[in-house]
Amino acid sequence: MKITGAEAIIKALELEGTDTIFGYPGAAISPFYDALLNSRIRHILTRHEQGAAHAANGYARVTGKPGVCVSTSGPGATNLITGIANAYMDSIPIIAITGQVRSDMIGTDAFQEADITGSAAPFTKHSYLVKAAGELPRIIKEAFHIAATGRPGPVVIDIPIDVQNSVFEFQSPKAVEIKGYKPTVKGHPMQIKKAAAALEEAKKPVICAGGGVIAANAAGEMLELAEKRNIPVVTTLMGIGAIPSAHPLHFGMVGTHGSQAANSALHHADLVLILGARVGDRAIGAASTLAKRARIIHIDVDPAEIGKNIDVSIPLVGDLKLTLKDLLGYVKASEDKEWLCEAAEKRLKVQQKAAAERGKHKDTGYIDPKYLLSMLADFLPEEAVVTTEVGQNQIWAANNLQVRMPKTFITSGGLGTMGYGLPAAIGAKIGRPDVPVVVISGDGSFQMSMQELGTMKQHDIDVKIVLFNNCRLGMVRELQLTKHSGRYSQVCLDSNPDFTALAAAYGFRGEKICSNDEIRPALERMTGTKGPYLLECMVDPMEPTL
Amino acid sequence: MSKHTLSVLVENHAGVLSRVAGLFSRRGFNIDSLAVGVTENPDVSRMTIVVEGDEYIVEQVSKQLNKLVDVIKIKRLDKHESITRELSLIKVSANAATRSEIVQLVEIFRAKIVDVSKTTLTIEASGSGDKVAALEDMLKQFGIKEIVRTGTIAIERGNRIIKVTNNEEGEING
Repeated sequence: MKITGAEAIIKALELEGTDTIFGYPGAAISPFYDALLNSRIRHILTRHEQGAAHAANGYARVTGKPGVCVSTSGPGATNLITGIANAYMDSIPIIAITGQVRSDMIGTDAFQEADITGSAAPFTKHSYLVKAAGELPRIIKEAFHIAATGRPGPVVIDIPIDVQNSVFEFQSPKAVEIKGYKPTVKGHPMQIKKAAAALEEAKKPVICAGGGVIAANAAGEMLELAEKRNIPVVTTLMGIGAIPSAHPLHFGMVGTHGSQAANSALHHADLVLILGARVGDRAIGAASTLAKRARIIHIDVDPAEIGKNIDVSIPLVGDLKLTLKDLLGYVKASEDKEWLCEAAEKRLKVQQKAAAERGKHKDTGYIDPKYLLSMLADFLPEEAVVTTEVGQNQIWAANNLQVRMPKTFITSGGLGTMGYGLPAAIGAKIGRPDVPVVVISGDGSFQMSMQELGTMKQHDIDVKIVLFNNCRLGMVRELQLTKHSGRYSQVCLDSNPDFTALAAAYGFRGEKICSNDEIRPALERMTGTKGPYLLECMVDPMEPTL
Repeated sequence: MSKHTLSVLVENHAGVLSRVAGLFSRRGFNIDSLAVGVTENPDVSRMTIVVEGDEYIVEQVSKQLNKLVDVIKIKRLDKHESITRELSLIKVSANAATRSEIVQLVEIFRAKIVDVSKTTLTIEASGSGDKVAALEDMLKQFGIKEIVRTGTIAIERGNRIIKVTNNEEGEING
C-alpha cells in the first residue's frame, strides 16, 4: 500500500510499540502532525521542546523502553539538544525525531534551518538525515535498536518535509543488520573466572554499582552476588535504586557529594567491583590512587569505558545481567563478615550523627530538607517514582531518600541539567500511571521548566511537586562560600513568585510550610490529594548540601 | 609520544568523515594525518589515521572510534608489518643553472618531474614520510614555492587483509 513518509513514520513507530510521544509541532514537521491525527499514539504537548526530550527520558527510565520526542526544524531541534545531551551522559534510550527544511533547501540557511545531526553529534549515539521516504521503515527500526541495545543512548532522526510528504510503497523492514554495530553481550569466560578468583581472594571487597546495573535489569543478580559474599555495596548517583537504601549491605552514594560511609568503604577496600559505572570525576575523584590501593574489576557493556578513567586489573565487557549470572556460577558463598562488620560500624557512627542532627532548627521559619526527605517514603508505596532537579535538592534527595526499587529514583546524573526533574516526572507518570510520582525541586531549577505545569494541566498528569525554596541557587552559593571566600555572585533569587499561587493559577492545590512540625501533615495531605500538588518548603539559605 | 597508524573501515556515506573528525577534536586526540578513499567494496571506505600519543591515547582512540555506528572495523598497523606511503607534489624554483642538479636529486629519490616551466619544476614524490621529508630537505636550497601532501595510507604486508566480511574483532575489543 502506498503511504506518505509522514504516515510511514507513524506506522514504523507503532511497529516498535510506541504508545506515547512527547513533542511540539512546527512548520517543518507539520505533515507528521497531520498523520498523527489518524494514529492511536498519544501525543503529550509540552511547553518547550527541552521538556519533551526530558519527558521522553523520564518515560524511558521507568519503562525501559525508548522514549520518543518530536520537534520541528531549527529552533525546535536546537531546543532538544540539552535533553539529548542529558540522555547521552546518562545512557538513556531516547529517539528524537526532528522536522527539517526541504531537501533541496538544505545548506541554503533557509528559514528555521539548523544542522541538527551535526550539532547534536557529540551527544548522540547515532543520527540519521533521511534522504528518501523509502528509507524510513529501516531507519526507524535501526534507531530503536541502536538506542536500546548495548550501552543505551539517544538517536536523532532528521526528516526533511518533502520526505514526509512523498508517497511510497511501505514495506516492513527486515531484521536489523548493521555492519558496524554489534555490542558485546556475553562476558569472556576466562575473564569471568579471573574475576571470581579475585573476589574470593579479596579480604575487603566493595561493589560500586552504577546506572548500568539498573539499565541492564541486573539489580537482582548484583544483590545475589553481594549477599553471597557479604560485600558492601556503594552506588553512584545513577546507581541509586540498584540496592534498597535500607539493605544491610547498602553503604550509600560515593563521591564528592556522597556519604562518608560509602567513601570510607571504598577507601579501605582491597578490591572494587565496578558495575556499569563510568568512574566519573564526581563519583570517584582520585581514581589513580584508588587503583593503586585496590584491585579493580570493571564490568561494562561499553568497552570504551573500561580503562578510560581508572586502571583496571580485570576488564570484563558484556551485558551486566548475563555476566553477573555467569560470575555467580563461579563464586562460592562466604560466611566471613569481618570486613562487613568493620565497614558497618563506621556506617553506624555516620548514621547516628546524622540522626542526631535531623529535624533541628525548630521554630526558625524553615524546614529541614533532609528530615523531610528521610520520611517521604513513609507516605509512598515502594514502587513510587521520585525525580529530582539539580542542585542541593538533588543531593539532599540522593543521600536521604529511602529508595526501595530500581527505576524509582530518576535524576540527571552526568550532565546535571537544571529543569530536568519536572518534565522527567511528567514522562515518568505517563510511563507508570499506576504509581505516584513526586519531583523534588528547588526554586532555581523549578523556574527553568515551570512552564511544564501547563503540560500537566492539559494532559491531566498527576505529579506532586516538593519545592525547596531557599531563595538561592544553593549549590552555587555554597561553592562561592567555600571556594571564593563567601563572595556571593548572582546566587540570590530575590524575586521568586508565590509558588503556591502559581500552582493555583493552573488549578493545582498546594501549600507552603515553614517548620519541621508541619512536614508530616503536609506530606500526608499532598500524597492524599488526587491530582497535582505543590508543596513549597521554606529552607534556610545557609542550609549545607551535606 | 609516538605515532600510530590505524586502518579504519567505514560506511561510505555522507557525514562519516565529520563524525570521525569531530570525535578527535572533542576527545582532545591529535590527528597527525587522515586519508580516506573508497575500497574494493563501493559501500565501504577506508581511512588511514595516524595519531600521536601514548598507549592509553591509542587505545581510547580505537575504542571511541569503534563506538561510531558507521565504523565497521579498526586495525592498528604494526610499523614493521605494513607498508606506508604518502604522496607529495613539490614546486621548486629552477633555472638553467639549477635544473639539471634538481633532476639528479629527483632521480636519486626515485621521484618524478611532472611539470616544468621556465622558472619552476614540479616534482611528484611518494614513499614513507621520512623519505619525502628527506627530499624536501634537499630541495630547500633551490627555493620551495609550494608543497602539497596527502596523508599517509598504509597496507599490511603479506597475505593479511582487512575486510568487512572478516569477522575477527581485531585487537581493540577489550
